Amino acid sequence: MRIFFCILYAAITIVLIVTLDMPLPKGGGKTPRMGYFLSPQKGFWQNAEATGSKFDGNIKIPGLQGKTEVYFDDRLVPHVYADNDNDAYFVQGYLHAKFRLWQMEFQTYAAGGRLSEIMGDSSNGSNFLKIDIFFRRLGMVYGAENSLKAMEADPVTKQALDAYTSGVNEYINSLDETNYPLEYKLLNYKPEPWTNLKSALFLKYMSYDLTGADNDIEMTNAKAIFSKAQFEKLFPYGNDSVQNIIPKGTPFAKRGVTLKIPETADSLYFNYKETIKVPANPVKPDRGNGSNNWAVDGTKTKSGRPILCSDPHLGLNLPSLWYEMQISTPSYNVYGVSFPGSPAIIIGFNDDCAWGVTNAGRDVKDYYSVTFQDSSQTHYLFNYEWKKAEKRLEVIKIKGKPEHVEEIPMTLWGPVMYDKNYNGNNRVADGKAYALRWTAHDPSNELRTFIMLDRAKNLDDYKNAISTFKNPGQNFVFASKSGDIAIKEQGNFPAKWRRQGDFVMPGKDSSYAMQNIPDSENIVLHNPSRGFVSSANQYAYDTSYPYYMGGTDYEYFRPNIINRNLAAMKGITAEDMQHLQTDNYNLLAEMARPPLLKYINTSALSDSEKRYLDIFTSWNLRNDATEQGPTIFTSLWDNVMYGVYNDEFSKTDLRLPPIDDETLVRALRKDSLYEFADDITTPQKETFRDIITLAFKKTVPDMVRAEKDSALVWGRFKNSGIRHLLRIPALSRLHLLSGGGDHIINAYTQYHGPSWRMVVQLTDETEAYGLYPGGQSGNPGSEYYDTFINKWLKGEYYPIHIFKKEDMQKQQNLLGTITFSK
Amino acid sequence: MKFVISILLTAALGFAICLYLPWWSFAVTSAIVALAVHQKAWKAFVAGFTGMFLLWGFLAFFIDVNNNHILLQKISGLLGLGASVIIIVTAFIGGIISGVAALTGSYARKLH
Repeated sequence: MRIFFCILYAAITIVLIVTLDMPLPKGGGKTPRMGYFLSPQKGFWQNAEATGSKFDGNIKIPGLQGKTEVYFDDRLVPHVYADNDNDAYFVQGYLHAKFRLWQMEFQTYAAGGRLSEIMGDSSNGSNFLKIDIFFRRLGMVYGAENSLKAMEADPVTKQALDAYTSGVNEYINSLDETNYPLEYKLLNYKPEPWTNLKSALFLKYMSYDLTGADNDIEMTNAKAIFSKAQFEKLFPYGNDSVQNIIPKGTPFAKRGVTLKIPETADSLYFNYKETIKVPANPVKPDRGNGSNNWAVDGTKTKSGRPILCSDPHLGLNLPSLWYEMQISTPSYNVYGVSFPGSPAIIIGFNDDCAWGVTNAGRDVKDYYSVTFQDSSQTHYLFNYEWKKAEKRLEVIKIKGKPEHVEEIPMTLWGPVMYDKNYNGNNRVADGKAYALRWTAHDPSNELRTFIMLDRAKNLDDYKNAISTFKNPGQNFVFASKSGDIAIKEQGNFPAKWRRQGDFVMPGKDSSYAMQNIPDSENIVLHNPSRGFVSSANQYAYDTSYPYYMGGTDYEYFRPNIINRNLAAMKGITAEDMQHLQTDNYNLLAEMARPPLLKYINTSALSDSEKRYLDIFTSWNLRNDATEQGPTIFTSLWDNVMYGVYNDEFSKTDLRLPPIDDETLVRALRKDSLYEFADDITTPQKETFRDIITLAFKKTVPDMVRAEKDSALVWGRFKNSGIRHLLRIPALSRLHLLSGGGDHIINAYTQYHGPSWRMVVQLTDETEAYGLYPGGQSGNPGSEYYDTFINKWLKGEYYPIHIFKKEDMQKQQNLLGTITFSK
Repeated sequence: MKFVISILLTAALGFAICLYLPWWSFAVTSAIVALAVHQKAWKAFVAGFTGMFLLWGFLAFFIDVNNNHILLQKISGLLGLGASVIIIVTAFIGGIISGVAALTGSYARKLH
């Protein structure tokens, strides 16, 4: 009997342990291993940092060349003092890993199409396998491998990457299951060794985020559905009234590349009416990805010295994309934000100058239709010959399931993105295939640019540093203590004829291939007489530029409102620039309100409808959190957009490109007989008056509902947040009361916006301010996880400094000191 | 006295072994304690349960207090359980495994 009980209880013990040591199904996902997760000695409790504890350490590593001291200031920003450049990158890698390891790895899993490996093929409604297949097809790994070759061929970047990778791995090797970051415990996996390829993948992810938003398939469909005249009206090119980065009237040199429109272009390209069904993209970069930057020279400032401002607009996540730090070595001192996942400071300033970036937004991602010989897809037609298509095998491991192998035919253009094998709902018609030509696949070394900018001393260094930067094309703004300001749209841009690459191109004919615009034709604007340079994702040049600058989502409103302000401002201080960078003025509303009010038929409105109209009419055009006007305007605008275009767009179930707000506002202001105003589904002919009055009436019930929920004020209606990368609400900051919005200088939409705000005045003693909406620690159990968010919401800044080591040592409120030595 | 000693031993050894071995390794020490300290089976169970229940409960509680409740609040939202419930569940998991392991040990002793 006793032996029976002994065995029985032993069995129960084992069953309990085994059950609590495995993930169990819950909802659409899996629980952590609950026993492990809840164990106070191993589980999530170990990630709960004691508040007020210090980050001290003394780390000995044989591979280091000298000594490095790291002082954490009161915001947990590390000020790194290294004996040499190599050790500095090692320590940067170590610190990134120490504070952001999970995010670094997760982002490279996403970039490399490996999410299924840790998340399973689907979980909580997300189909990770589809996302992975998309990124593999996109050639992310292929592109990262090519970039890595270029980065490793250059001794400067090779050394930086190697040192960085060793630093990350040094930290990873010091971990065990007790101190893995929280998310590993939640998802039940382990960190793997870091590699240089992972850094390349991370940088490639930025290329995807900033140049991955093509509309070529949608445009091809639109071309087939609309007449040529309608198409040009709906999707116009160029814009006379936008303030270009390089001001109008700047003379352009003669075209360095001969552009020859292929003889077949009329029949096979412009007038070729073919629609394309492709699987809905599981992922597309946010349309709001963009940024502001500008610099004013000494003639415009109170100090007589330049001020530079930069605020990149990206998805706002926790942990943040950015990690703030100072790096000092005998050869340079730099302060700014870095990408956990890559060496170097990306946006910042040093002892001599400052720089920032915005996205160029040029279309560098094009499709070519490919004719395969047969369904084996081994040979494709190119210049009347059958060329062999090598197959690239992308193996996707899936948690708990057998792996999936994606076979990607590689063509001269690039990888085949969509073909009959691409898994999805709206499968590509049999026999059709579309290859991708994306400049992000070309070997390039963007890291070199940032390494050189960190050390730049003057305008020539800046020009040199950025001249090799290829993808994602960026507008680099620059200002120096010597008084120079400059801006340049830098990148590897295809030399296109008008509308080239807007639609899918015939892939069997080499005459549709593109050369690149020589870098000498990317123009530097240096010390213009107006006293400022600026960019905000608009067309860099006007249409007299000798190449076509097709792209997606060029911005009209932010550049114009920025330039209007900068042109009017005098005696500018750093504080004035902070106010401008967080300004909520709505230029779209300024332009749209008069025609909207003109067209709304007030006699058709009830008293309660008129009340909302009055709020809209008397609104101060500012998207402040407490205003009600932006809520009414934004909802009305969406309804007008829908009312005007939806009837034409719903003629088809194919995907079509979105209409720019600027296109509609221009029509409202200039074209009272706009043909798209008519609702083609009704027998009578509607005008703007009918459509807009109806749109307003449709808006009101939503406003009544919002008011009932106390959400008529913009800050509540917008319902902004900053989400954890896994979209877990409990780890996110949600329902934040904030102003801003689309087309506003303060571009904070619901989950997207200014990811780092920086203002640098280049006086002898640099006066700089900055912050990002996050915190230095990626650990949700740390008091430094979301430290900066409240201040960021209020539009306030922290003063930021390049400190001398002696000054750091004297500071009373340091959060810790770590020494690295051999 | 035996009872108190076995509670203390369960907690102390359970803590020590988990410094080096997986989260569940305390089951082994709990069984050994029950094997070494001769008690009635039900007493062995209660002692085993109590030792780990108290250890895990106190550890969780102190970690949470030192952390100013930052993480527990988030995990509470994530699991959809109250903060104090999570502490109790944590303690209970430690307790129940330890208790049953102690029963095993206790019956193993009686085999002689």
